[in-house]
Amino acid sequence: MSVQLNERGELRHFLTTEGLDPRLLTRILDTAESFAGVIGKSVKTVPLLRGRTVVNLFFESSTRTRTTFELAAKRLSADVLNIAVDTTTTKGESLLDMLRNLQAMQADMFVIRHDQSGAAEYFARHVNPGVAVLNAGDGWHAHPTQAMLDAYTIRQHKGAFEPLRIAIVGDIRHSRVARSQIHALNGLGAGEVRVIAPNTLLPADVDTLGTHVYNDLEAGLRDVDVVIALRLQHERMQGALLPGESEYFRHYGLTESRLRAAHPEAIVMHPGPINRGVEIDSELADGPRSVILDQVTNGIAIRMAVMTMVLGVQPDNPREAS
Amino acid sequence: MSRILIRNGRLIDPESGLDEVGDVAVADGRIVQLGGPIDDFTPDESVDATDRWVIPGLIDLSARLREPGGTRKADIVSETRAAAAAGITTLVMPPDTHPVMDSPSVVEQVVRRADHAASARVVPLGALTLGLAGEQLSGMAGLAAAGCPAVADGGHPIRDSLVLQRALDYACTFALPVLLTPVDTDLATGCLNEGPTATRLGLPGVPAAAETAGLGRQLAVAGGTRARVHFGRLSSAEGVRLLTGELGENRHLTADVAIHQLFLTDQDAMEYDARFHLDPPLRDIVDRQALRQAVADRVIRIICSDHQPHDQDAKDGPFASTAPGASGLDTLLPLVLRLVEDGILTLPRALATVTVEPARLLGLEVGRMAVGGAADLTVVDPVAPWFCTRETLRSRGHNSPFLGWEFSARATHTLVAGRLVHRPDEA
Repeated sequence: MSVQLNERGELRHFLTTEGLDPRLLTRILDTAESFAGVIGKSVKTVPLLRGRTVVNLFFESSTRTRTTFELAAKRLSADVLNIAVDTTTTKGESLLDMLRNLQAMQADMFVIRHDQSGAAEYFARHVNPGVAVLNAGDGWHAHPTQAMLDAYTIRQHKGAFEPLRIAIVGDIRHSRVARSQIHALNGLGAGEVRVIAPNTLLPADVDTLGTHVYNDLEAGLRDVDVVIALRLQHERMQGALLPGESEYFRHYGLTESRLRAAHPEAIVMHPGPINRGVEIDSELADGPRSVILDQVTNGIAIRMAVMTMVLGVQPDNPREAS
Repeated sequence: MSRILIRNGRLIDPESGLDEVGDVAVADGRIVQLGGPIDDFTPDESVDATDRWVIPGLIDLSARLREPGGTRKADIVSETRAAAAAGITTLVMPPDTHPVMDSPSVVEQVVRRADHAASARVVPLGALTLGLAGEQLSGMAGLAAAGCPAVADGGHPIRDSLVLQRALDYACTFALPVLLTPVDTDLATGCLNEGPTATRLGLPGVPAAAETAGLGRQLAVAGGTRARVHFGRLSSAEGVRLLTGELGENRHLTADVAIHQLFLTDQDAMEYDARFHLDPPLRDIVDRQALRQAVADRVIRIICSDHQPHDQDAKDGPFASTAPGASGLDTLLPLVLRLVEDGILTLPRALATVTVEPARLLGLEVGRMAVGGAADLTVVDPVAPWFCTRETLRSRGHNSPFLGWEFSARATHTLVAGRLVHRPDEA
């Protein structure tokens, strides 16, 4: 998606992980790593975005993602404006009108979450030059910062991507997280990306995204190094997608015993929030394999990284910047 | 009524097979002489058609004019003018207007407005059921008397098979062809062809099964009646296959395809460009090829523009939230002729798909070029390159998926009932 890159191949916006150069993906991880030290300090701010205004524009409710974007912006010393929008008012024209009005307030960056696929790109195509758009999740399409923080967490625990077998379990069909993970992990050179789900939760031709497809959990988990469980929305129980949560957990819920098929050192991830006893049982979620809380922590560093990158602010050494 | 002599054009009539250089004399709205040099006719106006083609005026089997009820997007005046400039002399209008064309009064209003506009003929299709709700039969005899040559579901398939069967039976009573939309609406809740592109974009897909399930049911129901059934806007290879199998059994069946389906695929929507948000959706290259072959094999006998003009707001926003449909009047003729350039159809056959074939379906007198026949004629310059841009589109709907394309042919003159409704100084 060329709209997110400038003529030098650098990020202007961050809308999707699809098609990004491996070097750029790695640079995001490396930049995040340089910010990780800031997060651990007593004074947790750097002045890189001082005087800049970041607007969190959330057309879908979110606590975790919005909070981490807000924290990331504040740690970069930006001014943050949070706007929650009732999606019933989001006709195309009012979206554009809203964008124009917010731009008139001299915003430098929009962090957008929307229930329509392509919404972030729509905004990116309509913002003024120099204004950046970060996709905080659009429909079923993409959630690139979540994918990058997951990749960061994997690199933190496993090192190089090339030898890794990674399995994503659950509602792939409706998951923007899964799509972004698949693109990011393949882009970073992961050895194998698998998806595991019943057919009703798999999108058509999911193999064309670069995945190996499994219906059977145990077969899909065999020898994997990383297991990512996806959140299962309660509404999936309607519309004849699934018979019920208990059957789902029986066949696709992650437990310590089911993970026996995986590599002994396999880690378990979840983008959150967790439905305990549906996607994953508590013993596993709270156990030593789980890196779920690391994902949350790493989310701040990743978002700091992309915020600075899209605004062309590169920290030489942010640990010294405060 | 003026007397017009079209001189020295290549006269092409798909029905009679006429293809020769000559003149056409028009008086009192009709063709009075045809072929050869005409010296014994005193015209009020002459048209030099040297190096040009003279063909029957095009009939567009599906053109939404947005009137009544949607005049913010377009209206009968604007769209009939656009049609005239594009060489289209008859616009067939689906019944899904607001209010729905389920009563003679609405039909009469449309006919009056069209007569007043006078740039192209407008043929309204009556609603098959009241309000297109699929529950109660419309007064089809009354609709026919008001000017509807056929009835249609207007893009709202009847879900109740018993109602469908009775509607077909009743329409057959009055010899009214029935135009159906072959879709299972339960399966068609997405906005792009189900496949790799929709999966990449995170858009809900519409499987080909939405078409075949709808078509299969309608074929089965129609098979038990004697109705003359036409299936509108086929989009899939599977749909073509299903229809092909049925055509051997039932010659009462016909089908059409929207011209954009013969040139575009779902991959054109890769950038979330809402101009490619169509219903039925653009499908993949295999489907496109199957549709082209079906047109070549006469499994699909009619091509239409499926004209659906939209205003900017309707196409502005994230893909799935935008209104489906493309503006198609301006590009119908050059795209049909491109099928000839691409070797899909012969020139007479290509012209037949937009003239005599839709005329036969609806029992219209137009769509042919014959002495004594209606003088609905289009003069085409086959070598008149032009770019499709917002500025060159005559329709009020600028939502064309062909913006940026270069075309090689255009209509220079258009006659409706012997009146010149489009000429070069209006180009």
